[in-house]
Amino acid sequence: MRGLTRRPLFFRKLTNLLVQIFSILTLCVAVGGMLWILCTIFWHGWQTLSWGFLTNPSKPYGIPDAGIANALLGTFLITLCAAVLTIPPALLAGVYLAEFGKKGALPQALRFCANIMMGMPSIIVGLFVYTILVVPTGCFSGFAGSVALGIIMFPVIMRTTEDMLLMVPDSLRESGLALGMTRARATVCIVCRAAKNGLVTGILLSIARVSGETAPLLFTALFCDQWPTHFFTQPTASAPVLMTEYAANSPFEQMHQAAWGAALVILAVVLTINILTRVIFREKKHAN
Amino acid sequence: MKQKSDVIFYWLTLMSASLIGLLMVGFFVQMLFSSHAAWAKFGLGFLTSSEWDPVKEDFGALSCILGTLITTLIALAIAVPLAFVSALFIVDAPPFLGRILSQAIDLLAAIPSVIYGMWGLFVLCPIMQSLFQPIFPDYNGFGYLTAGLILSLMILPYICAVMRDVFRMTPPMLRESAFGLGCTRWETARDIVLRYGLRGVLGGIFVGLGRALGETMAVLFVIGNVMKAPESLMSSGATIAATLANNFAEAEGVQKSALFALGLILLAMSFGIQIVAQYYLSRTGERRS
Repeated sequence: MRGLTRRPLFFRKLTNLLVQIFSILTLCVAVGGMLWILCTIFWHGWQTLSWGFLTNPSKPYGIPDAGIANALLGTFLITLCAAVLTIPPALLAGVYLAEFGKKGALPQALRFCANIMMGMPSIIVGLFVYTILVVPTGCFSGFAGSVALGIIMFPVIMRTTEDMLLMVPDSLRESGLALGMTRARATVCIVCRAAKNGLVTGILLSIARVSGETAPLLFTALFCDQWPTHFFTQPTASAPVLMTEYAANSPFEQMHQAAWGAALVILAVVLTINILTRVIFREKKHAN
Repeated sequence: MKQKSDVIFYWLTLMSASLIGLLMVGFFVQMLFSSHAAWAKFGLGFLTSSEWDPVKEDFGALSCILGTLITTLIALAIAVPLAFVSALFIVDAPPFLGRILSQAIDLLAAIPSVIYGMWGLFVLCPIMQSLFQPIFPDYNGFGYLTAGLILSLMILPYICAVMRDVFRMTPPMLRESAFGLGCTRWETARDIVLRYGLRGVLGGIFVGLGRALGETMAVLFVIGNVMKAPESLMSSGATIAATLANNFAEAEGVQKSALFALGLILLAMSFGIQIVAQYYLSRTGERRS
């Protein structure tokens, strides 16, 4: 082995020390860079945040009392609709992989597809939904955005469901079947219930992930300055797209400020969901 | 004897699971279909031409493809070594510190990419400009280098998380034996931990590669969006994903079809990379069990 060839101990220790110093420096750079990003967002966003900013709808440049409330509501609706559309089939798909898919070519192929889809660029999903929904119906809509986000969520929930169900010991399944339950009933009432915390964690984390997605919404939900009243037929504002519009396509300082504010709100929501999910469900697991 | 409810349940779950396969096939079919006009007009020359002229309706993908590859390579070159040593440190660190750092990494992976992009536009670009403009007068802060930097920050948590999980799988016995033979920490890491988890490390790198390749928002803000063949790391350019996001709204006819062709190229690239990543990661999983 290379590491054990005869070399002066001094050099080996020196290398070790240098690498350790380097790794600490690296971690400082990585964590420092991240903290820098978070602090900038917080600093700029905090100056913008006010009650009016959070409750007024967005308006074109120059009109006073503009806010981001319509975009926040739009994000909420789009994400909610995506969750409602996706969670039931994704859970069932995960059950299929875990309960009926231990071996065989078809389950393997489907598992492989899910893994691949988890790494698909989200912009491709946007293009796909644009052609299957926006072109035929002739209108950009919040609903199309929901479908795009749903497609992104689907493989994530499917794979976490499978992983969580596989962690349930087989003896639990067998005891259910031994009591005379049908396979379906044993799966739903015993296995899924035993894995409940894991399933909820997976779902919440995937929701947190898609609520900040921007690229697919550019092709599907677009943006507008109105409240999302026509969710199924008209463009619907969402907070990430509002950020993009204001930061990249607007020369005005006031719009940039609004974008920082929206960034802070999105960041706060995503991080809160993440932290709460991890804290709440980890402690429950320990208690049991 | 099979219960009727069981049969229904089985088919219900099977149909839900098949959705994912249908979706994936659908992606390819739809992209091929929508980009048909561009392929018919430009043929394979589309891949090697760097023209992008909406007025003359002459389109080529080369500048976008090169832009995507360059930014991805910069990002990997920075992020992989950083992620590697950070992961080693997290695995080696005292449990308390290791847990906090590892939670922090997971949280960082959850930050939406549009936030990285905006930070890049308003903070990193001005800094890069003031740093490098004295040396390169043409540099305005936007371009491949800035995009690569942002991407590297963004994919660092992903790669680090995969590597951390892989390194944790090394049996403690192996590491302790190495220490017992008198190896230093670094020698143990290089010769035992890295060797043992090499496939997982490669898988992690490819996961990061896939992320960087298809990332839109973090790049869109800072790449400059100029459709020309890259001249240097400092010049403005375009990537496939950024071009799609930027030009799709105004595109008509052949240009739209050309954009779909770009989408197909991106789809094929990330498909290939994901296959490699899955190959390495699944082999790691097999050995674990």
